[in-house]
Amino acid sequence: MSSLALAVRDSSTMLRRNLLHARRYPSLTLNLLLTPVVLLLLFVYVFGDVMSAGIAGGGADRSVYLAYLVPGIVMMTIGGTVVGTAVSVSNDMTEGIMARFRTMAIHRGAVLVGHVIGSVVQSVMSVVLVGAVAVAIGFRSTDATALEWLAAFGLLALVALALTWIAVGMGMVSPNAEAASNNALPLIVLPLISSAFVPIDAMPGWFQPIARYQPFTPAIETLRGLLLGSEIGHNGWLAVAWCLALSVLGYLWSKAVFNRDPK
Amino acid sequence: MRSSVMPTSSQDGPPQPSAAVSALGLRKSYGDKTVLDGIDLHIPAGSVFALLGPNGAGKTTTVHILSTLIAADGGRAQVAGHDLAGAPEGIRAAIGVTGQFSAVDGLITGEENMLLMADLHHLPKAEGRRVTAELLERFDLVEAARKPAQSYSGGMRRRLDIAMTLVGKPRVIFLDEPTTGLDPRSRHNMWQIIRELVSDGVTVFLTTQYLEEADQLADRIAVLHGGRIAAQGTAEELKRLIPGGHVRLRFADPSAYRSAAGALREATRDDESLALRIPSDGSQRELRSVLDWLDSAGIEADELTVHTPDLDDVFFALTGTDRPHQPHPSHQSNTPDQPEEAVR
Repeated sequence: MSSLALAVRDSSTMLRRNLLHARRYPSLTLNLLLTPVVLLLLFVYVFGDVMSAGIAGGGADRSVYLAYLVPGIVMMTIGGTVVGTAVSVSNDMTEGIMARFRTMAIHRGAVLVGHVIGSVVQSVMSVVLVGAVAVAIGFRSTDATALEWLAAFGLLALVALALTWIAVGMGMVSPNAEAASNNALPLIVLPLISSAFVPIDAMPGWFQPIARYQPFTPAIETLRGLLLGSEIGHNGWLAVAWCLALSVLGYLWSKAVFNRDPK
Repeated sequence: MRSSVMPTSSQDGPPQPSAAVSALGLRKSYGDKTVLDGIDLHIPAGSVFALLGPNGAGKTTTVHILSTLIAADGGRAQVAGHDLAGAPEGIRAAIGVTGQFSAVDGLITGEENMLLMADLHHLPKAEGRRVTAELLERFDLVEAARKPAQSYSGGMRRRLDIAMTLVGKPRVIFLDEPTTGLDPRSRHNMWQIIRELVSDGVTVFLTTQYLEEADQLADRIAVLHGGRIAAQGTAEELKRLIPGGHVRLRFADPSAYRSAAGALREATRDDESLALRIPSDGSQRELRSVLDWLDSAGIEADELTVHTPDLDDVFFALTGTDRPHQPHPSHQSNTPDQPEEAVR
């Protein structure tokens, strides 16, 4: 078998294994979905009046804030889902089965590729679930064309890929599941300090650079633009650049750690 | 640096043909802790080899290196005809490894674990299912096949572990402490399984800290101590290495002990337990002469036991000294132990 065919075959075997895990033990993934859904409901129904008052020059309707919030919540969903990836990678690495995989004649990267693709699939499914909740409470895309929808899903998949590789690296260096979940915390915290909940202009001046120059903000702004027709500007390129950079970084990091002799 | 004492000049040819595993001067250290300090091995194909040693002797490190899991710092080795440094993929295709900590995926069922192995060995679907069914049957796991592996008992996990190892029909199987932590029944089951493996013609490399296990299973035994092979040979050869056979006389009365010790100058004294050891091979003739001698000297011991050398004697004699390559380690040697090796 050629090495590419081997890589594809072994990676898809590993992907099936990871999806089997996710299907057998859905509680981990579902728990991670709880945070974005609760935040969505909380910010729309409990804080909604105050939040919408600060948007679009004041006096806006609650549905305007819902529309503003959903792209951020969707990105946050991906951040939350990949925390689960970090945990399961860390679990996997500490299991004896990993030593078995390493002593078998299988494609070297198959274990990691299986985790990554599995995680991207789970992220997209999580986004669909959270998106369904958003639609159920009244979120509508205003003017997205089919092409823009396609671009939106492409962006979400790219963000999922980037965050997954970072999460895989975090999982690899974590000695146990607890450490992995702690190490991956930034992936949940970063969306909170992005433009997900309030526009950056409404933040204190000293804080604005932090919110502006982090990966979630351009991704969220791009998604807003695609679904709601707001100005995307340079955010599109920024988001893609961030995703590619994080993917490459996470990939190289994970690979380096994986190729080290196990302890 | 590689030593130049290779028996053959060919670079790719095995140092000694027909060996399933051969190693020359394997070394490994972690920081300043030397775990393996030059290991030489020669294991003929189709045999059972036991690497015997206490905890921390370097058994697991040896298995990890030979099974391509970690790299050695020095030395060279060939497994199943492939060079460890040059062709690890060839080795991986020929070996099966059952590590000390069970290498099963606890989240999925036993059957799914087996099918995963079949997929990773690129067996066609139907054959994968056939092999899975066959091995589950052979290892008495049919009833548990549809349950998650994490619910298995220790013995079941070990059986599943070995069954998974066999899916790829390996020619060399590494078993790292296959019976550690098993109850006596499971241990005997495991021994039976290992014997059957050998009758299939595979080479088994097992590590153990149990002398009895090595004695029961292995064609050849190497005693690993302080990162070096202290002795190597069949169980019989190893037992012959040391003058372990003796008659032990124990006395209840200290004054009787002292007078006997005065009369029997050849005997080794054990003042603490009031016992004397007289060298003897345990044969009827020698025993009679010892008894006659005791009678003529007017010595009456409270307890007399005949002790034939077993692997325990070998083991303690070899691991109690710091002269690993000494072919005739002596009992009396009480030179201080080597600096403690890494605890792994």
